Amino acid sequence: MSSLAVARADHRGPRYVEDVIRAAVVLTMFWGVVAFLAGVVIAAQLVWPQLSFDSQYLTFGRLRPLHTSAAIFAFGGTALIGTAFHVVQRTCRARLFGGAPLGWFVLLGYQFFIVTAAASYLLGITQSKEYAEPEWFIDLWLTIVWVAYLVAYLGTVLKREEPHIYVANWFYLAFIITIAMLHIVNNLAVPVSITGSKSYGAWSGVQDAMIQWWYGHNAVGFFLTAAFLGMMYYYIPKAANRPIYSYRLSIIHFWSLVFLYIWAGPHHLHYTSLPDWAQTLGMVFSVMLWMPSWGGMINGLMTLSGAWDKLRTDPGLRFSVTAVGFYGMATFEGPVMSIKAVNSLSHYTDWTIGHVHSGALGWVAFIVFGTLYYLTPKMWNRPAMWSVRLISWHYWIATLGIVLYITAMWVSGIMQGLMWRAYDELGFLQYSFVETVAAMQPFYMIRLLGGLFFLSGGLIMAYNMWRTIRGEVSASAVAAPRAIAA
Amino acid sequence: MALEALHQILASAWTIWAVLIFAGIARWAWRPANRRRFEQDANIPLNDEN
Repeated sequence: MSSLAVARADHRGPRYVEDVIRAAVVLTMFWGVVAFLAGVVIAAQLVWPQLSFDSQYLTFGRLRPLHTSAAIFAFGGTALIGTAFHVVQRTCRARLFGGAPLGWFVLLGYQFFIVTAAASYLLGITQSKEYAEPEWFIDLWLTIVWVAYLVAYLGTVLKREEPHIYVANWFYLAFIITIAMLHIVNNLAVPVSITGSKSYGAWSGVQDAMIQWWYGHNAVGFFLTAAFLGMMYYYIPKAANRPIYSYRLSIIHFWSLVFLYIWAGPHHLHYTSLPDWAQTLGMVFSVMLWMPSWGGMINGLMTLSGAWDKLRTDPGLRFSVTAVGFYGMATFEGPVMSIKAVNSLSHYTDWTIGHVHSGALGWVAFIVFGTLYYLTPKMWNRPAMWSVRLISWHYWIATLGIVLYITAMWVSGIMQGLMWRAYDELGFLQYSFVETVAAMQPFYMIRLLGGLFFLSGGLIMAYNMWRTIRGEVSASAVAAPRAIAA
Repeated sequence: MALEALHQILASAWTIWAVLIFAGIARWAWRPANRRRFEQDANIPLNDEN
């Protein structure tokens, strides 16, 4: 195998489709900054509601899906398309199926989906389904792009020269297939007219709610978890220059995740009209998910065993490893919150928002940052990132931002939940709703500050990336031996 | 036995099927005979030295 790789070393340049990946790296960075900025704007609106300026286009209700879609689909999705194409070609030792044209179609078609969806939110066109807001015509376009993505990916796997399909590919493939299934079933709808944007969903009532959260939670499970685990299983071994701690554990990690995740959705519907047995089923499967999640976390972290010193010299790898730590933390908190007794306190409060962001900022964004810091010098043939010191700055400012964000939301959320359920001695609710809102304001300011920190980190990274791509070499980069060795 | 009845039994036994398949995967992963190949498979990303 290794002799095969060496023999082909001379042909590496034209052997793989790389322009698409380079474009995806830059677009990921761009969408990251957009998503963080949108988050900061709506966080500020929650502190000062007058910031919507009485414009319908700037209301929280329209900007909030813009933020979530920019973060998950634009930033995360573009990163996944780019890295999936990189990982599948490298680990299969095969050129992307369909070549550059299919690769470009997937990447640019997906960008078109993002822009169309964002514009439609601002115009007030929405299905009002969380994380599935785009209307029917945008959904149809995404289906076409997604099938092309599957064809390119699966085609490359099928024509691989490497006999074994490396574990990262299983995670990426599970992500692509499952998202296709979820997207199609949850978005089944009948348009009112062929020229109008409005449609009515095929599902109604409690079935609609269950299908929506079957979709919603598996978007978390397969988009935000499985796919980024694929990233972990390739880029952490590459950056650390060590194989994954246990390949057997990765097999168990993958299959247990796939077997369990799909049943966890009902925990979004505790104490609703969903049948009680379904709620309990969702809770039990969510709690069981704790095991594969921590198995995966151990696998990622232990890969560094014997090489922990790399964390001191390689702040890019520090991002990836911290991401795995956050993965463990968020996937511990999640099952706890899915327990009905805990959920009766946490549901509909800011605690949920804090939990989502420890996953989204700590796990998803950090694993992407770590990957981009590895991938950028690789893809542009630079010895290292322009400035290693700026990576360190980014790391600490972003980490501080996350800590401010999630601690503020814990306090705010638990306080909110306790205030909602507080009774006075006569059995009346102790607080009016507006009192709970007023009590949250200081924590909303802390959250805004955390968001500003995270955005600043993103801007530092974008600047560093720009200088790297331009081919400049700074003193701090030359002083970093690891980046050159890897 | 009517096909419908058989279908109902098989459908309601999905937990058992899933557990059996998963146990089979786990056994395959931990089979001592597969140890060496998994060690080699883990090196796939690193064999590509670029």
